[in-house]
Amino acid sequence: MSTLAPNELDHVDERLLRTSPLKKLLARPELGSIVGAAAVFVFFSLVADSFLRASSLGTVLYAASTIGIMAVPVALLMIGGEFDLSAGVMVTSSALISSMFSYQMTANVWVGVGVSLLVTLAIGFFNGFMLTRTKLPSFIITLGTFLMLTGLNLGFTKLISGTVSTKSIADMEGFPSARKLFASQWTVGGVELKVTILWWVGLVALATWILLRTRAGNWIFAVGGGADAARAVGVPVSRTKIGLYMGVAFCAWISGQHLLFSFDVVQSGEGVGNELIYIIAAVIGGCLITGGYGSAIGSAVGAFIFGMTGKGIVYAEWNPDWFTFFLGAMLLLATLLNAWIRKRVEATT
Amino acid sequence: MTRLRTGGVRAAVGAVLAVALTAALTGCSSTGGKRAEDARKAAAAQGRAAVDTPEWTFAMVTHSGDGDTFWDIVQNGAEQAAAKDNINFLYAHSDEAQQQAQLIDSYIAKGVDGLIVTLAKPDAMKTAVEKAVKAGIPVITVNSGAEQSKAFGALTHIGQDETVAGEAVGEELDERGKKKALCVLHEQGNVGHEQRCSGAKKTFGGELQNLYVDGTNMPDVQASILAKLQSDPAIDAVVTLGAPFADAAAQAKKTAGSEAEIDTFDLNAKVASGLSAGTLGFAVDQQPYLQGYEAVDLLWLYRYNADVLGGGKPVLTGPQIITKDDAAALKGYTERGTR
Repeated sequence: MSTLAPNELDHVDERLLRTSPLKKLLARPELGSIVGAAAVFVFFSLVADSFLRASSLGTVLYAASTIGIMAVPVALLMIGGEFDLSAGVMVTSSALISSMFSYQMTANVWVGVGVSLLVTLAIGFFNGFMLTRTKLPSFIITLGTFLMLTGLNLGFTKLISGTVSTKSIADMEGFPSARKLFASQWTVGGVELKVTILWWVGLVALATWILLRTRAGNWIFAVGGGADAARAVGVPVSRTKIGLYMGVAFCAWISGQHLLFSFDVVQSGEGVGNELIYIIAAVIGGCLITGGYGSAIGSAVGAFIFGMTGKGIVYAEWNPDWFTFFLGAMLLLATLLNAWIRKRVEATT
Repeated sequence: MTRLRTGGVRAAVGAVLAVALTAALTGCSSTGGKRAEDARKAAAAQGRAAVDTPEWTFAMVTHSGDGDTFWDIVQNGAEQAAAKDNINFLYAHSDEAQQQAQLIDSYIAKGVDGLIVTLAKPDAMKTAVEKAVKAGIPVITVNSGAEQSKAFGALTHIGQDETVAGEAVGEELDERGKKKALCVLHEQGNVGHEQRCSGAKKTFGGELQNLYVDGTNMPDVQASILAKLQSDPAIDAVVTLGAPFADAAAQAKKTAGSEAEIDTFDLNAKVASGLSAGTLGFAVDQQPYLQGYEAVDLLWLYRYNADVLGGGKPVLTGPQIITKDDAAALKGYTERGTR
């Protein structure tokens, strides 16, 4: 589609060719998922009357945000070429630590929240440190962490609280202000919006800025594309990977605090299986499982597709016996559409 | 930088400890927390053996998943009865039928003096239970499997009939003048859950719909119930099948601006205070504490005195409908994990 004549083209370096803004847009990793999201949106708008209501949108956004907050760091980690299977349970761990520390020490709730941040970051550091030190695949390392955390969540809660859920901390000092930060909601034009949506948007913006505008962003793409090559050109591979795991831990902390302050009691067995949902959201959003390619915005779109599908089925009032089937089929379709568009785009550029 | 300085790690660990300690010393809450609980517990008595029978070993194998609040209460009941009856009490659980059967086998091999099992997946347990009976080990079934218990050779069954419990819910909803109810199932494929909802459907005069939610993901539970309430404003009652989900339903109701009444199966401290405050309508309690306590106690009675309870029929522990009036009296018991 170039204006240059074919013979001229032979002498020009292909990297110096100007690409049109449209093509630039088409080459973005999240494009396929955006088309997929639009398709899911249109689909449910047609089959479910209540889907298009403003209040429904608030619900869909809330469901998407609770997945999306975790999908952002998981996507970054995946671009960096690694997995974290402990992400789902880490959210529960983080909530449990805040709750139990505050309760057992009869401390101001904010103290528990702070301790939880430190401990959760330490878990993320442990993942990254073990990975870079042992050179074992992240699958093994984080599977180990996942199992250990599952056991610790249960064991510690039972040991300390005597039951498998924590005690209510709703009557303790600092609870109202912490709830405001992590689990409040406000009304905009008749729509109830949860504060997690703000956290989500903020995290996506921050992650996008890191990926596209900072040196750390280049490092992330470099270690995901090829760790040895990256190390050879001076990228601090270990530090980047540890940082990515700590990013996952930080977001797990935010999600965990949301869990704690919206329900004020935490069940110790929760969170198992959610790590896959985060990974799926990132993959739908255009992250390659092999690393080196993807975007934070894509992960947000992936989470949004998840939110729309999960709640859209409820709005459409389909027979619930088939719930998971529909969910699986929708996800597969969205991902296929995503892959198809990417292939078309790659073929024309 | 391929290698990290260990000094950095040590500093990080030190920082965590330092913050935790300073936090514990300075930022105290004057309300709630462990201190308030200790004050409540100060006068509570500790269980001690009240009999001088030999120390028999009883084992309990349930189909509980990890971290289930309900089974925690069952276990509490069994342990307290065991302490009183001078019993060495063993507990194991698995939500996989095959593994549950293997656990029973290993206790038979160990030569325990009594077995307590749940028959949530009766066919898979048949061989194991019959093997125990053949080996001369008295078996009591609890919670689920009322129909199969006798045929497998168990002494008696202690539990709630899930269909009967569901029917009680349907009747209670009728009494409260409800027209359209939602039954929230948090484990797809759980037979007991299906029985509860279909039981309720049978006796309920209005319309009852099922809603499946992902029980391990609380925000998703809340969002799903919220979506349902928004799409159908005619729903005037939401029934959750486990105590922790009642709170999620109550919050969904608040956000949706719905008038629906939230009702639930099972109790916990939060449900008790919700009932007192009027945010919840009623709770159906099957008294899990009793299921554990009675099972151990009846095994002891059988060993000691060859007593059997129930006369060949299941001994029912529920359903007990708990409303605002009863909730205040039960709150203390829910907080200590026995109701």
